[in-house]
Amino acid sequence: MAEQTDSIEASDILEPQQVGDGQTDDDPGTEPTGDVPTQATAPGLDGTLRFALFLLRAGPVLILVLLVVVIALVTPLFLTPRNLGNVLAQTAVIAVLSLGQLLVIVTRGIDLSVGSTLALATVVGALVFQAGNSSFLVIASMIGAGILVGLLNGVLFVKGRIPHPFIVTLATFTLVRGVALWLSEGRPIQDMPEVVQVIGGDSILGWLPISSFVVIGVAVAVWLLTTRVVWGRWIYAAGGNPEAAHRTAIPVSRILISVYVFSGLTAGIAGFLTAGRTNAGAPTFGNLAELDAIAAVIIGGASFLGGRGRVTHALVGALMIGVIRNAMNLANLDSFFQLIVLGIVILLAVESDVLRGYLENKLRLAQAVRT
Amino acid sequence: MIRDPVLVVRNATKRFGGVLALDDVSVDVIAGEVLAILGDNGAGKSTLIKCMSGVHRLDAGSIEVDGHPVQMHSPADARELGIETVYQDLALFDNLGPTSNFYAGRELSGPSWLPRGMRVLKRREMTRATVDVLERLQVTLPDLGAPVGLMSGGQRQAVAVARATAFSSRLVILDEPTAALGLREAARVLDIIKRLRDEGKAVVVISHAMDHVIEVADRAIVMRRGREVGELVPSEDSREKIVSLIVGGEG
Repeated sequence: MAEQTDSIEASDILEPQQVGDGQTDDDPGTEPTGDVPTQATAPGLDGTLRFALFLLRAGPVLILVLLVVVIALVTPLFLTPRNLGNVLAQTAVIAVLSLGQLLVIVTRGIDLSVGSTLALATVVGALVFQAGNSSFLVIASMIGAGILVGLLNGVLFVKGRIPHPFIVTLATFTLVRGVALWLSEGRPIQDMPEVVQVIGGDSILGWLPISSFVVIGVAVAVWLLTTRVVWGRWIYAAGGNPEAAHRTAIPVSRILISVYVFSGLTAGIAGFLTAGRTNAGAPTFGNLAELDAIAAVIIGGASFLGGRGRVTHALVGALMIGVIRNAMNLANLDSFFQLIVLGIVILLAVESDVLRGYLENKLRLAQAVRT
Repeated sequence: MIRDPVLVVRNATKRFGGVLALDDVSVDVIAGEVLAILGDNGAGKSTLIKCMSGVHRLDAGSIEVDGHPVQMHSPADARELGIETVYQDLALFDNLGPTSNFYAGRELSGPSWLPRGMRVLKRREMTRATVDVLERLQVTLPDLGAPVGLMSGGQRQAVAVARATAFSSRLVILDEPTAALGLREAARVLDIIKRLRDEGKAVVVISHAMDHVIEVADRAIVMRRGREVGELVPSEDSREKIVSLIVGGEG
């Protein structure tokens, strides 16, 4: 995927100016989370700052590349098509969820319910298949279940005036999981339609999972919606400054509801992929998936303060989680090391975001002095 | 050169609980003129401009635009009438660039048969129009692609003022436009205000900076405890008189 260096937030821009001004020919492998690179060749403080900012903004991509190179050198098995296919297949669900979560987090929110919603979608799909044997109805019911839970989240948050989406989605996180357990009587339900199994579980060329194309499709859709369509612009406006968004007559309430609906939709799609891969619906699916999705978005450099976050970076964050898990499996390391490493990666990501904010502030001051 | 007023406030009264924030205030706002509203803290300046910009509603009195009485229920109503306000907090989207800020809530988009949220942004047109406005007001930004959060205080103020004037507005209200700005940045903002006046817009400015008021305002009204206590032409000669009106000495 072509890495477009400038952010969505600057999407209104003259194209030629897009790539970061401070880009120099310096070593792109410079540790992006570290100190300000002193070897930058750009003239003056300004150039150095801009270069450091460029590195920080491209940070997640650089880290992923670095990670892949290191792992490939250490474990030759990693770069085989079969293993890469595994990584992609295991990442698909997190990636789809993270795209929904991204929009929620851009509006300063959070959606804890997506893992439970995923499980509910698979259970509903399995029950519908048992009842009617119609692939179309199965798919529609899984997507529909996701959208309904999202709508519930959004309406409870906005119309119910619950102070923070954390609370709303914490409630639906347990509520929806409970409904899934109740509907399935606590047991997995076997059998999914052929088409669901193929899309969720099969590969082409012997290694490339079909689910990867679903991820790409959703990603392209989100990218278009956020950069080319009014709705996306309003999401970033409402996340950047809700008060100003109100004053400029942007329908903030409807925007907020819509991002939860969208997040529910991605949970429905993720449920569809999970059901296809396992050929079943189960109330235990998607356990802790919401935390993976949130972690992916944060590793991708989105800010909990809102208004900031990119589609490509959320995908990179999801891939990073998948790559780390896979590499540690290949290296036969215990799963508790995965948890430790993932925690450290999240901390590094957030700390580099803090550093970015600090440098941006410095850059602003430098400009004020100059003008 | 007598022009018809763009906006007239007649006998405005506004109460907040037991506090009389505006007490029978009348003001004419005229096109091609910079009107300064002066007064100490709590004199009623902010209440007055909030009534002009649709944030507050008057308890008594009326507001006329182009000679017709109007009822403004929200800032959006005021904007429909061509009244734009730049508050001290600027209400900018720091995460977005100047163009997105200019068009926030009124993006150019199409096709019109789609629901508004699903329409495709006309990004090139919006960028071009933004560049035009910025050029007209001679606002120079280092990088039109950068989010405004990365700009200096003066640049942000300039973007906010330019945004307020971008859409055929006739009256621009500015709340402390030069507060928190350095000397040179303040001078640039004052230049922009003069250009607005020269374009024939009506400008209302609240400011505590007497030098800036004298430099830019054609007329000033002084308020104290919710009442208008004087109206004069700000100049070096009237500086002392203005100050004594503000603090409440006899003048």
